[in-house]
Amino acid sequence: MAKSHKTIDPAAKAMLEKAAELEITTAFDRVDEMKPCPIGSKGQCCKNCAMGPCRLTKEGQVGICGATVETVAARNLARAIAAGAAAHSDHGRDMAFVLHGAATGEAPGYQIRDEFKLREVARDLGLEVEDRTKEEIAIDVAEKALAEFGKQSGELTYLARAPKKRQEIWRELGIAPRGVDREIVEILHRTVVGNDQDPEHILDQGMRAALGDGWGGSMLATDISDILFGTPSPLVTQVNLGVLREDEVNIVIHGHEPTLSEMVVAAVRDPEMIEYAKSKGAKGITLAGICCTSNETLMRQGVPSAGNFLDQELAILTGAVEAMVVDVQCIFQSLVDLAENYHTKVITTSPKAKITGALHMEFDEHRAPEIAREIVKTAIDNYPNRGSTYIPDMQENMVPGFSHEYVRYMLGGYYRGSLRPLNDAIMAGRLRGVAGVVGCNNPRVVQDEAHFEIVKEFLKNDVLVVQTGCGALCNAKYGLLQGEALEVAGPGLREICETVGIPPVLHVGSCVDNSRILTVLAEMATEGGLGDDISDIPGVGIAPEWMSEKALAIGTYFVASGAYVIFGVKSPVEGSEAVTDLISRRWEEKTGGKLEFEPDPKKIVKKSLEHIDKKRAALGLPEYDPARFGQSGDRRWQAWLKAREEGAEVSLYSMAGVPAGEE
Amino acid sequence: MSKYIASAAIRGANSIYQEADQLLQKVLTEKGPETPVQFPSTAYYLPVINGFTGIEVSKLGDLPPVLDHAKKLLHPVPRESLWTPYLGEALDCGVATLFAEETIMGIKYALGEQPEKLDGYPDLVTAGGEGYCNGPIDDVQLRAWGIQLVDGRMPGFCALIGCAKSNQVAVQLVRELQRRNILVFLSGNVNGRSIIHQLLEEGVEMGYDTYIIPFGTDTIATIYPAGFATRSALTFGGLKAGQAREMLIYNKFRVFAFALALGEVDDLKYATAAGAINYGFPVIADTVIPEVLPTGVTEYEHVISMPFDDIEGKDDLERAERLIARCIEVRGVKVTIAEIPIPVPYGSAFEGERVRKDDMRVELGGKKSRAFEYLLMKDPDEIEDGKIELIGPDFDDVEEAGAMDVGIVIEVGGRKMQKDFEPVLERQIHYFLNAASGVQHIGQRDIAWIRISKAAADKGFTLKHFGEIVYARFKGEPWNSIVDKAQVKLITDPEEMKKWIELAREAYSERNVRVAGLTDDAVEEFYSCTLCQSFAPTHVCVISPQRLGLCGAYNWLDCKAAHQINPTGPNQPIPKGESLDPEVGRWSGPEEFVHSHSNQTVEHVTMYSIMTDPMTACGCFECMVLVIPEANGVMIVSREDPSMTPSGMTFSTMAGMFGGGLQTPGAMGVGKYYLTSPKFISADGGFKRVVWMSSFLKESMPEEFKAVAESEGIPDLIDRVADERNVTTVEELLPWLEQHHHPALQMDPIM
Repeated sequence: MAKSHKTIDPAAKAMLEKAAELEITTAFDRVDEMKPCPIGSKGQCCKNCAMGPCRLTKEGQVGICGATVETVAARNLARAIAAGAAAHSDHGRDMAFVLHGAATGEAPGYQIRDEFKLREVARDLGLEVEDRTKEEIAIDVAEKALAEFGKQSGELTYLARAPKKRQEIWRELGIAPRGVDREIVEILHRTVVGNDQDPEHILDQGMRAALGDGWGGSMLATDISDILFGTPSPLVTQVNLGVLREDEVNIVIHGHEPTLSEMVVAAVRDPEMIEYAKSKGAKGITLAGICCTSNETLMRQGVPSAGNFLDQELAILTGAVEAMVVDVQCIFQSLVDLAENYHTKVITTSPKAKITGALHMEFDEHRAPEIAREIVKTAIDNYPNRGSTYIPDMQENMVPGFSHEYVRYMLGGYYRGSLRPLNDAIMAGRLRGVAGVVGCNNPRVVQDEAHFEIVKEFLKNDVLVVQTGCGALCNAKYGLLQGEALEVAGPGLREICETVGIPPVLHVGSCVDNSRILTVLAEMATEGGLGDDISDIPGVGIAPEWMSEKALAIGTYFVASGAYVIFGVKSPVEGSEAVTDLISRRWEEKTGGKLEFEPDPKKIVKKSLEHIDKKRAALGLPEYDPARFGQSGDRRWQAWLKAREEGAEVSLYSMAGVPAGEE
Repeated sequence: MSKYIASAAIRGANSIYQEADQLLQKVLTEKGPETPVQFPSTAYYLPVINGFTGIEVSKLGDLPPVLDHAKKLLHPVPRESLWTPYLGEALDCGVATLFAEETIMGIKYALGEQPEKLDGYPDLVTAGGEGYCNGPIDDVQLRAWGIQLVDGRMPGFCALIGCAKSNQVAVQLVRELQRRNILVFLSGNVNGRSIIHQLLEEGVEMGYDTYIIPFGTDTIATIYPAGFATRSALTFGGLKAGQAREMLIYNKFRVFAFALALGEVDDLKYATAAGAINYGFPVIADTVIPEVLPTGVTEYEHVISMPFDDIEGKDDLERAERLIARCIEVRGVKVTIAEIPIPVPYGSAFEGERVRKDDMRVELGGKKSRAFEYLLMKDPDEIEDGKIELIGPDFDDVEEAGAMDVGIVIEVGGRKMQKDFEPVLERQIHYFLNAASGVQHIGQRDIAWIRISKAAADKGFTLKHFGEIVYARFKGEPWNSIVDKAQVKLITDPEEMKKWIELAREAYSERNVRVAGLTDDAVEEFYSCTLCQSFAPTHVCVISPQRLGLCGAYNWLDCKAAHQINPTGPNQPIPKGESLDPEVGRWSGPEEFVHSHSNQTVEHVTMYSIMTDPMTACGCFECMVLVIPEANGVMIVSREDPSMTPSGMTFSTMAGMFGGGLQTPGAMGVGKYYLTSPKFISADGGFKRVVWMSSFLKESMPEEFKAVAESEGIPDLIDRVADERNVTTVEELLPWLEQHHHPALQMDPIM
């Protein structure tokens, strides 16, 4: 791939040119040198025992134990799902511990910010809320949440949030998860040598563990984060490397969890700390995020984002970052080596994630504010060591903050909030459907290109887009996450956006917050008019630039919940036609959802729209017709006002004499 | 919302909130927190505030928490660029606006500044007084309209806000709404001129009777329609104060209302409109404004702009007609207009219209002449469908304001027609004729009394048009399902008159005998009425020959006919089944029916007892019967009586407490003719238990009560029953009863 075409992000382009100048390599370069293993990438390699590894590349070839390529591909996929589910769920578990500490007072600095949500969650978990203090309830919620992870039998409590019909399907298929951890462990057991060797059976367990993530670990992570740090609502912030400041201490927080980063936010806003920064010659402290730590802090605190997954190295390349503070997941080991070229300190904080050579300042929720301050102080102390810097002057505004609670609110206010207007919009055909476009960057494809192209096409076709994670940050960089972007939307979508005041792309949070999309889908299905199950809804889920195992877990729980999910880049089960068919056609028979891999963004759009139209037809909804809607809004009125301002003879009772304008 | 509308609404909300807050601070200082605050004749305090929040405002000191609540609902105006969403925020601001507006009106009532006095318009006569705007609609009127709202005769209401393009347009808009029986609520102004002024200038009669209610010339007066909508939900929906979301959803689905903004729309109007949209009421403007067409909060489009001059039509009158037609479509109101070939406007809104002596062209019946109506069933083969015959002269030769005799004979036939339906159909004549503008109809049978106005006669109205009306109505929905053919004779010829009146009288007395024999024991089935379940979902009326529906509008024969008309409708036969307790009137059939049709809420029901499993009450009962334990009897208050009763409650308060589909031993809503039935609370001792009764009842059916007193064996029984003229507290009641030797004092304990 030519160096000039590795990204569509102008800031990233500038940084890559800078890196080339300095002869510093990044993932964008390593990807050229590191060809993907042609066997492993297709799911044909089994290294689950010491008889192998076995590479099943020929027709009919089996492993030493006799495992077929179907079994091998299914086992590999299942293990990836298990790893992804483990990551999200372990995140959720930690949130529960923090909640417990916040309620008992053992975790100073944390508090229950959203008591209303605490009570809602407690009710959903079947806990008593009447006449109890928030602390009492929070302790119960935390304990109940922790028990969900270790539950051995029965079903996860949150499954009841799914439409009734969906719950029945899970029970019938035997994939209703019993406990979050148990299903992950069972995948590891089933895929150990000489155990479960029926691909469909293996991947049923894959769905079960994934559901434990989506309707368990991730959902708990989201809920508890909202309780502790506030349920997001829209605000204005900025994205891209230009948010870093030449004259301030720049701290970048990167990773996934809000627990430490929220404390860092508090620390950098502390006047004492700002004074300290000034004492070191800086004008102040700038905090910026990368990846999902960024999503957590921008959704709730408006902390600007320096960029998405592939921007992590580029941020250090600016030379302007005093500290890159990381917690868990998606953190390149290369950061440490890269930082050697600059004054930047890479600070690892999680007891679960150390990187050789990085400064480790371990996070402990029992003394979180103190640790956060130490970290910030370390960064400030590093400011005088800063050398020359290069910050591309590029940033864009964005309006994130669309929690599912806010989505309900924005469609009717405090008293009338519901998803009714959303369902109505789809039923009438103003919205052709909805799409969740989520997931990572992957240097195997041009950074942000597929995200941007696919979302633009959706918008043009009146498909409302919700985004999480790095996908959301990507399109924020190109201005799609602000009200002004409705100019690129189709007429019906534009009308809806103008009615509500929303951008055509809604940022709903970090990658654990994909659970918010599940909640919205479940509510859409029960609101009425769009069938009675998630699989009836004219919608799709896309991960155009995926790379993490977590993406596979997310994709799988969406499929098991009834959604059509398309991944870009390439298929990890390409080596087995049978497994490819199993997760697509067979899963659709079983769950109404299907998982497909399609590298071409144009084909992803085509397949998505076909699926949406198929679902519309099945619901008996009118055929999508872009010409039918789009009349309402301010345009006509503005034309009238303009005509009057320009001195035309106009009457309030008529549009006569008003130029047609943009209408 | 559009951003423009949201911005205007949010601005308007912030500013009216400020206004309310400043006014409140001022009056609190000047008058003190104990100053009473109330709207007249309502049991719902300040109803919008009460409905949304449950707060019972009765004095100035209760208002600060209301404004605190309003303040929390306020939001900043969206930014020019990089705006955050504004729909939910604008809707909340709309609610804050309503709270602020109602606060202001509450204070103005406390200061004696409401209802609004319209100087220079002495002809304006409303419930608010002579020369005054109406102020809030009282609970009595709300309930009186209840059954019409329920059964669809009155499809909904329209709030006309502002000032129409011309007086002529104003009148036409109102006429179009009246023609469809839609209540017309008026408020607001544009540059000081209100549609109320316009209609007064054009001599349009306003008031409860004509369905045109002038609330006030300020936009703030629009709070009264909002209060009406709120109380509809509380009164008929069985909702409790504070169930805001349910109250609003109830309005969205059951109260067909919309707002029509006339003339320029300012911030406060947008803010008030945002409040209305919370109720699911769409807003239509006759000027250029931004539109909000997506649906969801309302059932159809939210905000529509129909620039008046751009509406197609040959003149402004036709444009006004089309504007109303579009409004109705937007709200999804189902209106069936009977197209009647007569030269005057026609619609239920004209039912209450009076023809005063000075305006009268001719009088038929009454003191100076005789009029009768007689509907009989005939073999369809003997009927020439659509034939309308005038036998004798028309009223051309009768002197101005003179009188003449007339007989209206209607012969109907049809496969589903039954002899029993004759009186049911005959009773419709009253409603049919009254709905013609310029025609007033009172009474029935051979005591009918009809007046035709000069205006109607000038437009060419003749006696034959009675035939046109009656024929068209019987051949329209829903009556056409039993009436296949009909012909009408209008008789003024003295010989024919004499012949037919005798035939009619024979029929009347046959019917009397038939009805007298029609007892609960003589029939095998009762009828249900679940019409009001659209309002009160757990309410089931069980209607027997000796106990009519509590609204007074449906007796057993009506139900039987209604069942024929619509076999799957709200009136279903209930086989009596096994008699479980003859004394209280408990049968297995009604028990099962009520249980299964009340959503399994009501387990048991009796027909003749107020103490043991009495029937549930919706919201539209004519009278409330309530046990007074101290007096060992019951009191009966009628809907028309606003006074305080010995129970310590007014009718409205009781209705709010016991309506909505609740079953409350000791309290029962009934139709007034049930009071005269031998089965009236017969299990609890019958009519002798009545210790107090609104004087309105005594006076409106003296003959019937006299008969009851006689059959009870105490001819002066009614005189021994107290009423509001002499007793309004339970303390006064007991000595009064003792003094008058009321029989209840000697009876077994009622409880």
